[in-house]
Amino acid sequence: MNYITSSLKIVGTRPVRPDGVDKVTGRAVFAADTRASGMLWGKVLRSPHAHARIVSIDTSKAEALKGVYAVVTAADFPEIPSEEAFVGEGPMNFRDLALNCMARTKVLYEGHALGAVAASTQAIADEALALIDVKYEILPHVIDVEEAMAADAPILHDDMFTTGVDPKPTKPSNIAKVVTFRKGDVEAGFKEADVIIEGRYTTQPVHQAYIEPHACLATYASDGQVQIHSSSQGHFMVRAYTAKLLGLNMSDIRVNPAEIGGGFGGKTLVYLEPLAVALSKKSGRTVKMQMTREDVFRASGPTSGAAVEVKLGAKKDGTIVAAKQVLKYQAGAFAGSPIGPGCMCGFAMYDLPNVDVVGYDVVSNRPKVAAYRAPGAPITSFAVESAMDDLALKLGIDALTLREKNAAKNGTKTHYGPTHQNIGFTAVLAAVKSHPHWKSPLKPGQGRGLATGFWFNIGGESTALVHVNEDGSVTAATGSPDIGGSRASIGMMVAEVLGVPASAVRTIVADTASIGFTHLTGGSRVTFATGMAATQAAEKVVEDLKRRAAQIWDIPVEAVEWNDGMAYPAGSNAGEFEPLGLAELALKAARTGGPIQAEVSVNAQGAGPGFGAHICDVTVDKETGHVTIERYTAIQDVGKAIHPSYVEGQIQGGAAQGIGWALNEEYIYNDKGQMENAGFLDYRVPVASDVPMIEAVLVEVPNPRHPFGARGVGEVPIVPPMAAIANAIRGATGLRMPDLPMSPPKVRAAFDAAG
Amino acid sequence: MAKQYVSATINGESSEFLCETQQTLLDVLRDVIGLTGSKEGCASGDCGACSVIMDGRLVCSCLVLGVEAEGSEITTIEGIAEGEKLHPVQQKFLEHAALQCGFCTPGLIVATKALLDENPNPTETEARYWLAGNLCRCTGYDKIIRAVMDAAAEMRGETVA
Amino acid sequence: MPRVVLSSGSAGQQFTNGQTEFEVEATSFRRLILELERRFPGLGKQVEESMAVAIDGEIFQDAYAAELRPGSEIYLIPKIGGG
Repeated sequence: MNYITSSLKIVGTRPVRPDGVDKVTGRAVFAADTRASGMLWGKVLRSPHAHARIVSIDTSKAEALKGVYAVVTAADFPEIPSEEAFVGEGPMNFRDLALNCMARTKVLYEGHALGAVAASTQAIADEALALIDVKYEILPHVIDVEEAMAADAPILHDDMFTTGVDPKPTKPSNIAKVVTFRKGDVEAGFKEADVIIEGRYTTQPVHQAYIEPHACLATYASDGQVQIHSSSQGHFMVRAYTAKLLGLNMSDIRVNPAEIGGGFGGKTLVYLEPLAVALSKKSGRTVKMQMTREDVFRASGPTSGAAVEVKLGAKKDGTIVAAKQVLKYQAGAFAGSPIGPGCMCGFAMYDLPNVDVVGYDVVSNRPKVAAYRAPGAPITSFAVESAMDDLALKLGIDALTLREKNAAKNGTKTHYGPTHQNIGFTAVLAAVKSHPHWKSPLKPGQGRGLATGFWFNIGGESTALVHVNEDGSVTAATGSPDIGGSRASIGMMVAEVLGVPASAVRTIVADTASIGFTHLTGGSRVTFATGMAATQAAEKVVEDLKRRAAQIWDIPVEAVEWNDGMAYPAGSNAGEFEPLGLAELALKAARTGGPIQAEVSVNAQGAGPGFGAHICDVTVDKETGHVTIERYTAIQDVGKAIHPSYVEGQIQGGAAQGIGWALNEEYIYNDKGQMENAGFLDYRVPVASDVPMIEAVLVEVPNPRHPFGARGVGEVPIVPPMAAIANAIRGATGLRMPDLPMSPPKVRAAFDAAG
Repeated sequence: MAKQYVSATINGESSEFLCETQQTLLDVLRDVIGLTGSKEGCASGDCGACSVIMDGRLVCSCLVLGVEAEGSEITTIEGIAEGEKLHPVQQKFLEHAALQCGFCTPGLIVATKALLDENPNPTETEARYWLAGNLCRCTGYDKIIRAVMDAAAEMRGETVA
Repeated sequence: MPRVVLSSGSAGQQFTNGQTEFEVEATSFRRLILELERRFPGLGKQVEESMAVAIDGEIFQDAYAAELRPGSEIYLIPKIGGG
């Protein structure tokens, strides 16, 4: 059923989220908040070197230390054969995932795990780590993406031969693959152009920087049953990958989803869980592990640094006739950067006749990249949207008009193939045009920047269970970890269908044994796919409740209506009966067929893509190079905002991450390939005083494939900020900043170079 | 080295505990006493997730040694509400949706209480600079600051339109 | 007959000797995969494991039952996830 044109009572309002009180009182249980009796502390031995062969590991002294109950190395893990897969929202090989969790013959980045211990206290565990004797043969390392592509670069994998090139190479390379997307004839297109713009842009690696470090508790019982309590974006994923990496049956593992303190893609795969389970098996005790902040920076999954070239050709009237892009993305130590989406997203919001995009997936000696909110898209849009701004300037056309002229609409064929349907980009641009921010005059010294962004959003597999308790209250259970307030939206959709107040529905996240399979929380999919499953489950419950009312009244089921949480006889012919609410029907559950519940699993199709446009005003301090964000407006097509506050929250949070990526965040490496700023002091994320209020404007072009019209919203907002800010800086100073981050030293250097 | 005996007042109650000399107050709260509301985000005093109020002063409990708590009065997130009754700051955080994952929320609420104890009428800028020591990665701070300003107004007895 | 386009970003070309467009006799997505595997051994498996499929513009999540019309246009692109 479709509620898009219905008048809604709950969806679209702003009730307090059901899990809120626990969060504001400190009662909510995150993975590191749990303990078990007899629990041991697990810690990881990590490589200090960026690239080295492991000549030998001697764990005997560590094992002999009083208080140490288990030491593991790669010898305790099965060797996983090569198997390409889609792991943690990105392409990865299971063999690589296993090696990333525990190195075997080589360490490939500073922080790479090569051993782990379990001891009765953290202090003893730390002592034990220091007693593990590792002999390394240090190898030359490479970090920068273009340096890693050079012919004489140190090679990370002897068995990596670039795919996607013809003829097949015979020499190993750090280029894992080359991908190309072509439409039309770009060289002919450039010949037609009146104006051509070219630019080269670089970005530095950044981290998702969730405030909660990875943590888990694991128990391997003597009967082979495994319990894991972990903060992750997907407990089914934790179960599957842990089983795979340890050679266990999934059915022997039960994963309980703890509250998660931020993920943004960085917690869509495993790092600690297989180690904790292995330590638990060896020691016979529950093992608790948590990463330090340094470990999180050095050894989880920060995203790619990149080099991107863009060339645009346009007619005098602003019609773009040719667009070319070359993208080089770091994958980290193993293949699998988001180069595919990077190639697809940069031009996805435009209707272009001739396009040529080439992308390189390149390994180098830094942590394997994991997904980070719209993986691949922020980098490509930084480049394209900066170039668009320069093009507008050269053409003498307003930045918004240039977007409008070339905007993708319903029926536009993208350069990567699929045709856009039911998209809201035009509405977003119209919202920019009519917004007071766009029309407001700039103060002297200020500059304004505009940039747009796109993300596909995914659907996929979700299960939801709705049951009516004996007192008529409702529980909705899903398999989706809640990272942004989804328990609120899911409960609201269920309440809407049932016709009860939002407070009558309690939404929980059920563990892997208690609910059907659900794909992880990511890809902006939960409100769409899990919401769809929950809505359908609630509809089934309504049908069941009508049937029970019919039984109670002894009338045909067709004569029963459901409105506002009650069963009514449909018209006076049906009989004069008092309406029955959930409480009354629940009272008679046993007599009318038994417990009242429905469980629905879906593989949700039709997730609608999202488009955004951000407007940013800045001032730039000539003396210090400091950029102040004076005003920020983020406009996005959200389909239908189920709970507007949490939709705004996604937009504001994504924008803030983009602001950090633009102005300050970066990995700083020394000449040994070690990260020098592995902490929140020097890895500078935005703080409260860095940003103004961020106005989130919700444009609603419903997605007809979702019962309430919802689109994914979480990822689009991180895509426009970097170019919006770069374009604003250009507006304020005349300086084009093509290299991220646009931190004070870089801005000062740009001023100096300009003279 | 033997553990040290420490006695302090935590959330208005006498508390006695044993801790190792190198254990931080955060370690003690979480692992010895069992008050896990204060969180470890960085263990280096840069994120504020471990914020507590110690003898009237806002501190990062990861930068205080457990033994330093001897004789002091400490308020953690668990002591902000009065029994069942939420503090206005907590209530406003809920109403304004000023939290998403909730991990930074305990530290932010404690820091906000400390702010309003000292300055019941902060400007937006004063609030932002006071709370600059509490990192949030989910919200972009917008709704947090709105919640703080609204809580401050309510505590001053003003009704906000 | 449904027309299939392999975007090179999808690593499928290694199975088709560089060919990127072909027509395939199939009325369901399942039939299509079997046909692709028959004509280009290894391709069907590759499609299932690491590609997303867009049928007449809509990106499908691994749905065997998805129907193909005679004029359907099918794009095989890299799998899309998220963060």
